[in-house]
Amino acid sequence: MSTPILSLRNIDKSFGPVNVLKGVNLDVYAGKVTALVGDNGAGKSTLIKCIAGIYTPESGDFVFEGEKVQIHGPRDATALGIEIVYQDLALCDNLDIVHNMFLGREVKKGPVLNETEMESLARKTLDGLSVRTVKSIRQTVASLSGGQRQTVAIARAVLWNSKVVILDEPTAALGVAQTEQVLNLVRRLADNGLGVVLISHNLNDVFEVADNIAALYLGTMAAQVDKNEVIPRQVIELITTGKSAGVEPSGVNA
Amino acid sequence: MSTEVVHESPSIKSASADYLSRVKAGDIGALPAILGLVVLCLVFGSLSDVFLTPGNFANLLTQAAAVIVIAMGLVFVLLLGEIDLSAGYASGVCGAVLVILVTNHSVAWYLALPVSIAVGMLLGYVLGTLVARVGIPSFVVTLAAFLAFQGLLLLLAGEGGTIRVEDKTILAVENSNLTPTLSWTFYLVGAAAYVLIGLNRINSRRKAGLKTELIKLWVIKTVSLLLITGGAVFALNLERSNNPQLVSLKGIPYVVPVILFLLVIGTFVLGRTAFGRHIYAVGGNAEAARRAGINVKRVRIAAFVICSGLSAIAGMIFASRQNSVSPTTGGSSTLLYAVGAAVIGGTSLFGGKGKMRDAILGGLVVAVIDNGMGLLGYAAGIKFIVTGLVLLVSAGVDAVSRRGGSTS
Repeated sequence: MSTPILSLRNIDKSFGPVNVLKGVNLDVYAGKVTALVGDNGAGKSTLIKCIAGIYTPESGDFVFEGEKVQIHGPRDATALGIEIVYQDLALCDNLDIVHNMFLGREVKKGPVLNETEMESLARKTLDGLSVRTVKSIRQTVASLSGGQRQTVAIARAVLWNSKVVILDEPTAALGVAQTEQVLNLVRRLADNGLGVVLISHNLNDVFEVADNIAALYLGTMAAQVDKNEVIPRQVIELITTGKSAGVEPSGVNA
Repeated sequence: MSTEVVHESPSIKSASADYLSRVKAGDIGALPAILGLVVLCLVFGSLSDVFLTPGNFANLLTQAAAVIVIAMGLVFVLLLGEIDLSAGYASGVCGAVLVILVTNHSVAWYLALPVSIAVGMLLGYVLGTLVARVGIPSFVVTLAAFLAFQGLLLLLAGEGGTIRVEDKTILAVENSNLTPTLSWTFYLVGAAAYVLIGLNRINSRRKAGLKTELIKLWVIKTVSLLLITGGAVFALNLERSNNPQLVSLKGIPYVVPVILFLLVIGTFVLGRTAFGRHIYAVGGNAEAARRAGINVKRVRIAAFVICSGLSAIAGMIFASRQNSVSPTTGGSSTLLYAVGAAVIGGTSLFGGKGKMRDAILGGLVVAVIDNGMGLLGYAAGIKFIVTGLVLLVSAGVDAVSRRGGSTS
């Protein structure tokens, strides 16, 4: 495998006496989907919050595009091109798709919002992701289905020439057809050259869309393996016991 | 990667389908208020032979003016899903500050007015801080302020006392008119600006290759708006004095350009600036707004500052209309009429939905009911009941359409 676009090395994070992350390694590759799996409390959310700059780890290194970087706040992460799509969608129902995609980062001409520019950019981004399911990008988000909302949230994350997109359980609340829709979109993000991290509890989804799988177990990285080298049973073992026969522990085998 | 732009040829049919889907999504727009206004005017016009006279029409506008301006401020607060119950007495307090400065201390009106507006904004800042930073519900904060401002007004005016307005400019706002020539000039300039802005917008969208609003529909809307407003100017330019030899009474009341000026500024801020967009965002989903990097607390405080600042302007209009400020200025049903005006116009009490023009449309509905029923000789009690019912119906429509709009 090539060099990762984002590499985490020996990340430690504690909350008081509770050691949540113990020397975690994670590699994210451009053009690949990395699935992050693990049981509740394994540290998935803490890990992505460290990447997002919401938490600052006690020790450990971030290597982004081959260079060591510091992430001290959400703005640092955004500046690097790391975007997070949260589980509970951060969209405003009363605003339309364009407004939501540019919320907080509006394009302005002097003091005035540049609506035509924003609409063109939004259109371009959605077309680039081959999103054909929304009829008008001037409809309010309230009128969209769950899958379409997730699409808007993801499109918003890639609007800013982002390089790494982290998706926190994007299909958790969706039906079968909509899940398919969103997974296709996740695949297309990677095909467009982005590094994608997909957090999911659903192993079917993981095996359908991921290129490699990183399993967290009680704050340690049990293994990060190529999807084709494992079967679901082994991943379940990694999630529940932290090890599995035939899988190298802490498998940074890239 | 395809970047081609979808060009749908719009038609009246697709436009009406769009409107229907917006209604289903909970956005009913201005249509109910306009229809209500038309129906009310027809009913009162047929029942009373005074209602549709130019004199009464001018009267109606000056009656509605202060409530409309307070309602305009309330739109900002309502958009956040908050409420300001103290806006009525805030206008009374600011009106008193203005009149005390002008009458008792001989300060020029153009100095006293900014001071009274600043006082209003300060009051709003206190309210907003208590709501946004301390976290007290706006209902409670402004209910307390309702009482406190009433007391403040009583202290300022002196118990049972009234302060007369002698300044000619302040009196002119509600009691004098533009000359007919100036009225038409004002109309033509306004109409030209409206058409040019609309054309410019369509043009820039077309240049960017975006779907444009249906031209035919835009023309119909614009022409009917210009005809209605033109008709209004024509009616206001008719002689409405009972004794024209003694005093001539014609032209647009000065308060109308004042309100239109506020409408233009408010619409611009809400619709075309990032700050306005953030107000809608906070009202729609405060958490999403926060995550998008918007300073939610600052937006909240700013909305209260704007609301009380506009109340100060309403205070000046009250002072002008009553020729004085008394302990009841901005009291009794003022605030309730203003909230009613915003909601009847289409602003949602749940936040996130509303426009500046709602205040004007709703304010006119409220004033028409008040004025029309007064002319028909109904008691004040009946007027209150009817206005209350209309408000209830509007809020009901809002609640029901909101339920229909949510998909989850």
